Amino acid sequence: MVRPLPLFAFAAAMLVFAGPSFAGKIFVSNEKDNTITVLDSDTYQLIKTIPVGRRPRGVILSPDYKELFVAAGDGDIMDVIDTAKLEKSRELESGPDPELMAVDSKGQNIYIANEDDSLVTIMDIKSGDVIGEVPVGVEPEGMAVSPGDKYTVATSESTSMAHVIDNEKKKLIANVLVDSRPREAKFTADGKELWVSSEVGGSISVIDPTTWKVVKKITFEVPGVRPELLQPVGMDFTKDGKQLFVALGPANRVGVIDTATKEVKDYILVGQRPWHGEFSPDGKKYFVANGLTNDLTIIDVDSLKAEKSVPVGRLPWGVAVMP
Amino acid sequence: MSIVPLLRRAKFAVALSLLTIWVLSGASLAEEPQVPTAALPAAAKPTATPAADTKPAAALSTPAAPAQNEAGTPEAPAPVKIPVYYLGKRYQEPLPLSYAERPIPDKGIQGARMYAKQANKSGAFVGMGFDLIEAIVPENGDAVAKAREILKKGDALIVADLEPKDLLAVADLPEAKNSIIMNIRSSAEALRQEDCRPNVFHIIPDWAMRADALGQYLILKKWPRWYVLRGDSAADKDYLAQIERTAKRYGGKIVGETVYPFPPGSRNLDSGYQQVQAQIPMVTEQAPDHDVVWVIDTDEFFGDYLPYRTYKPDLVVGTQGLQAVAWDKSYTEYGSMTFQNDLYKLAKRDATERDYTAWLGVRALTDAAMRAGKTSVPDIKQFILSKDFNLEGHKGIALNFRSWDHQMRQPVILGGGTRTIVSKSPQEGFLHEKNVNDTLGYDEPETKCKFPQASNQR
Repeated sequence: MVRPLPLFAFAAAMLVFAGPSFAGKIFVSNEKDNTITVLDSDTYQLIKTIPVGRRPRGVILSPDYKELFVAAGDGDIMDVIDTAKLEKSRELESGPDPELMAVDSKGQNIYIANEDDSLVTIMDIKSGDVIGEVPVGVEPEGMAVSPGDKYTVATSESTSMAHVIDNEKKKLIANVLVDSRPREAKFTADGKELWVSSEVGGSISVIDPTTWKVVKKITFEVPGVRPELLQPVGMDFTKDGKQLFVALGPANRVGVIDTATKEVKDYILVGQRPWHGEFSPDGKKYFVANGLTNDLTIIDVDSLKAEKSVPVGRLPWGVAVMP
Repeated sequence: MSIVPLLRRAKFAVALSLLTIWVLSGASLAEEPQVPTAALPAAAKPTATPAADTKPAAALSTPAAPAQNEAGTPEAPAPVKIPVYYLGKRYQEPLPLSYAERPIPDKGIQGARMYAKQANKSGAFVGMGFDLIEAIVPENGDAVAKAREILKKGDALIVADLEPKDLLAVADLPEAKNSIIMNIRSSAEALRQEDCRPNVFHIIPDWAMRADALGQYLILKKWPRWYVLRGDSAADKDYLAQIERTAKRYGGKIVGETVYPFPPGSRNLDSGYQQVQAQIPMVTEQAPDHDVVWVIDTDEFFGDYLPYRTYKPDLVVGTQGLQAVAWDKSYTEYGSMTFQNDLYKLAKRDATERDYTAWLGVRALTDAAMRAGKTSVPDIKQFILSKDFNLEGHKGIALNFRSWDHQMRQPVILGGGTRTIVSKSPQEGFLHEKNVNDTLGYDEPETKCKFPQASNQR
């Protein structure tokens, strides 16, 4: 278990990491501890534990890496952390129960899923003003802005749809039915595909953004693991775009999918109930937060092997990484 | 903090509440026969969505009609309104043992209202709407007559908050043959066995599932010796028979069984606890050696008095103490806080099991309609029985119905009477060749239910 470090320990840590360090930082939200764990992305040493609002889940960095946005669902607030000072700098009025969010490429707007209100709140990051609200299906969660910032997609866990918002008009232009309980949406870097993970449905739907139709459905199979436990949640494309890493929740595995063939090529055993992950700045490692074992598993991307796990806080959920 | 977002929020809240009013406009708590304003005729026309003509599997991956997508906004009234009936009766229910616990007169219906709202929000995206029509008769009312009224309009989607006798009488009406009746209230075993009906589906776990769920946990804990202290109602005897079955299946042993001998009524005494404090040790003193006391008291006469008052320091499980339930107010997993919070907002009280089963009953019917892209009752039933029917219900896995008795397959929560849930069954190590959730309750080879023709297997 991780407790906020005593001040002297923090000071000592700062001494160790003082001076020009090129190591990146890993931020992990701890849903039960109401903290963000900050780790060094090379040594995996604890840099700091930052207290935030109640039930932090989604974490995302601004494109310039200066700010980390933390959705504190039960606090009905979005905490903003200054990534240089590693402390809370301000709060955004996110609307009730924010869970996940996405930021456009310019770092201008943040799109927030308000789970309890069936809303996507669009907010100007600088001023914190709400510049739009788009009603979507029940329990919105997964959020993704398309490359080029034309569209934002919200997945509704209860309605089981991917809702497509035209960012210019701030209006829905399509609603795509997917399998039960869609949790995350991700566009490929070229914007030609939208991938949506369905936790209870146990599938990933690949959607064509020109027609907004499901063109392929990917399912999972691990010998000896009950099929209903293979529940895709968090997804991340490798930096070269050739593979997708997907956390499979109660199957305690990360699935690796070849993005060209859409075949699952490997399953990597990690800690219990992996939720979300992120790649290291150089793309060589994948960090995944294990909700039930309170740790972060580090996967080597070349060998597709889990190298080690490091402790974080209780119920770790979201991961963000900055260089 | 800027005032702009607040204003925007206020404006939007007004829009939302207008939407809510529209959604609920067809619904009212009433005795009068309810006619939905925009109800479909009996055999509803197929929907305008292209999905209607494709196989359900294809419909899953097909977005709604493009025209609808372009409209996009959920505020637009849905063109098709499907009635969902909540058929109930205000039976006299046991009062809580403690005066401090308030009786809840609206168990169930609040959960149904909650999902009707959600279904309309979701349905707006696929051009479907749902009218929840509340048909609840008084204690001396006639639920069967009410059902006849409903069925005059043709096949119906019915969420039934009825006791077994009324439920069967409704199910056996000739005009109910092709309707779908969701049993959200009764755990009676016969409804899934010799009295099973092809038009009835059971959302609520039966006594066998509850006994197995608790039994697995007790076996896992190596507490196999059970002393049964029970009431003597029909439901009590029903549960007892299932505990005996569980003992046989999982290696438990009922070491003794006693009918609670004292007349109920201590709750009405001042200082009743003194009497209770004397009674409970007397009842439990003679018990043979046991690991737990398994209480069966569906009428809530004495069960809640057992913990801390037994002759020996006993654990209490059953209808009080640690219970096997479909839902509990302390359950927080798999997004269930959304359910707990929404129900609290709507009903101004904590959720009960029946709120959940009613919510899930409405959900099963409306989700099936939306996923299948169909509005006619037989089409919806066919989809519910197909392998494409995978219902989300905050249990972490997709829920569906057993083909052999229409009982919903589901994990069962062990909680109730505790401030956090204790566990969820099936327990690790209880294996099944097809689906571990079929270790709870009657499996296919044991069932006494025979439907006229084989339903789709799953």
